[in-house]
Amino acid sequence: MKRQFLVLSAAIALSTSAMAAEFKPAVVFDMGGKFDKSFNQSVFDGVEQFRRETGVRYREFEVTNPSQREQALRKMAQRKADPVLAIGFAQATALEKVAKDFPNTKFSIIDAVVDLPNVQSIVFKEQEGSFLVGLLAAMKSESKVVSFVGGMDIPLIRRFNCGYAQGAKYAVKDVTVISNMTGSTPSAWNDPVKGGELARSQFDRGSDVVFAAAGGTGVGVYQAAKDAGKFAIGVDSNQNHIHPGTMLTSMIKSVNVAAYNTFKTAQDGTWEAGFNTLGLAEGGVDWAYDQHNKSLITPAMKAAVEKAKADIISGKIVVHDYMSDNNCPSL
Amino acid sequence: MSNKTLPAWVDVGVLPLLNVCLAFIVSGFVILLIGESPLEAVKYIITGAFGYDEGIGYTLFYTTNFIFTGLAVSIAFHAGLFNIGGEGQAYIGGLGVGLMCLSLDNFLPWWALLPFAIAAGAAFGAAWAFIPAYLQAYRGSHVVITTIMFNFIASALMVYLLVNVLIEPGSMAPQSRSLMESATLPSMQDLFAAVGIDIANSPLNVSIFLALICCVLVWLLLWHTRLGYSIRMIGFNENAAVYSGINTRRIIVITMCISGGLSAMVGINEVMGAQERILLDFVAGAGFTGIAVALMGRNHPIGIVIASLLFGALKQGGAELSFENPDIPNNIVVVIEGLVILFCGALTLMIKPGAEKIFLKLTNKKESANV
Repeated sequence: MKRQFLVLSAAIALSTSAMAAEFKPAVVFDMGGKFDKSFNQSVFDGVEQFRRETGVRYREFEVTNPSQREQALRKMAQRKADPVLAIGFAQATALEKVAKDFPNTKFSIIDAVVDLPNVQSIVFKEQEGSFLVGLLAAMKSESKVVSFVGGMDIPLIRRFNCGYAQGAKYAVKDVTVISNMTGSTPSAWNDPVKGGELARSQFDRGSDVVFAAAGGTGVGVYQAAKDAGKFAIGVDSNQNHIHPGTMLTSMIKSVNVAAYNTFKTAQDGTWEAGFNTLGLAEGGVDWAYDQHNKSLITPAMKAAVEKAKADIISGKIVVHDYMSDNNCPSL
Repeated sequence: MSNKTLPAWVDVGVLPLLNVCLAFIVSGFVILLIGESPLEAVKYIITGAFGYDEGIGYTLFYTTNFIFTGLAVSIAFHAGLFNIGGEGQAYIGGLGVGLMCLSLDNFLPWWALLPFAIAAGAAFGAAWAFIPAYLQAYRGSHVVITTIMFNFIASALMVYLLVNVLIEPGSMAPQSRSLMESATLPSMQDLFAAVGIDIANSPLNVSIFLALICCVLVWLLLWHTRLGYSIRMIGFNENAAVYSGINTRRIIVITMCISGGLSAMVGINEVMGAQERILLDFVAGAGFTGIAVALMGRNHPIGIVIASLLFGALKQGGAELSFENPDIPNNIVVVIEGLVILFCGALTLMIKPGAEKIFLKLTNKKESANV
């Protein structure tokens, strides 16, 4: 009898551990890969943090051509991975097909909207955060010229650019905004040399604050700003620490937090399908203020940016979304 | 006896096979170095590429792309031209295919649309190759440099068009609207379903037949037409070609245009077949892989089909490998591909003298035994 009990309890212990092991999250990175020093890497940081904290291994795949998007998502679902996290707007079409075929699997996608009952769409209001840093840039600028260096010329980056310009013009009416994109291939996300060149040419045209929304390319932009004694604004994560005294602030886009939360909520059962739009109000985007840039932000600037932030959250200021009409009135 | 050379089947069959094996052995050491099992890796690659219907579908889908670009590179090779612009020509060719499909897909079914799409794609791809060809033939700008440059121009142009002109209104992604269902090429699972066989979903479509037809056409062109003779003669000796009255400049331009048109057929496979829309970076390196395919396939259509199959299998099997074993990074597949190219392309003659000796010894023994 006792032996039977032992066997039984062992069986129960085994089955519970099997159930715990059944939580198999997966992530499908997009072209560029998880070490792109930008968007994908931010996701990687988030899921790694999850792995470190919980000890749960996750499946991953890096897409290297467009046909692999559907293949990878399908394969993850076939292998009973759940939830499956798709990264980037380019995977939306593939996810739509796959999510229909696997209605019992939870899917999350970052940076795109897929309207299905088992898909959670996470999008950011990059324009709102960009508005705030644009406002700071214009207030800091003495030449009344501020500039923007984008990565690859895609609508998403134009959304950053447009919010930035609107914020700058909101703070200083007659400010000039110069905008350049680094390139037209994915290598534009990781081209610090060209980023530096673009920044220098913008300085020559009078700019004294530059905002880089260009992934790894930004490193070159910040270095150029430091060398020329100008100011730069970081992106995605808090990059203020890179060059204290040069980095005016950073536009934080919490992709890593979103990725982490997807796994975390799925694990504890609070994951919900639907749209998750993360703006200033939700803490998905923000501006960075810490010991590295304290001395650069005057009390007047801080007051103005906090007021603008409150006004955006309350709806008093409406920041134009480039993607809503593929048009930017501020540029 | 030493003046005896290798028979053709050893030269084009056994030697490349040995080279591939060498490449795999070296790759095995690389995988050992990062602490993984090479045998397991080989198992994943082979079962991933050929082990089940979905894998085979993807393998053949990539093969289709590589046949097109491999043929494109090889035909230029035959005229002594190194066309590195397959990537850009395929990209722009896909634009031509896509534009034709987008404008006519409301009116025509796929089989009626296909000839127009092929014509448009070929015209766009040829036009993209025409400029470097003209500069090479009439201005002396080297075609290697100009075709590389044109790859960048192509990608800049495509981004501009997709972001500003062709983008589906309200869409986040820079891509055109989807083609009508009736206008896209039937996929292999549709074909098999029609005869009652159920196979897994893959992007493989009827373009693969087009690829095989192109192989035959290229073979006919190169070895059975006057134009093909001129092309090969320029490749062997341009001065002799001029002396024998061939208008080399004209032939160079024509060859490059054919090459560009063949690359453009990637657009049929990708835009009209698999993706069903124009999107960014759909070529994804097929143009460059075509160079390796042509090198390995000895610029002959049959060789190109075999080499394409190898690279297609590597691509699909490699994806499977990094899927099954995340500790083997994706870049290892690039390393393996690189080693295959190195051994089959650059070092193709390295093992020839040794192999020759061994082969002759073996045949000698046989002969003396027979005596």
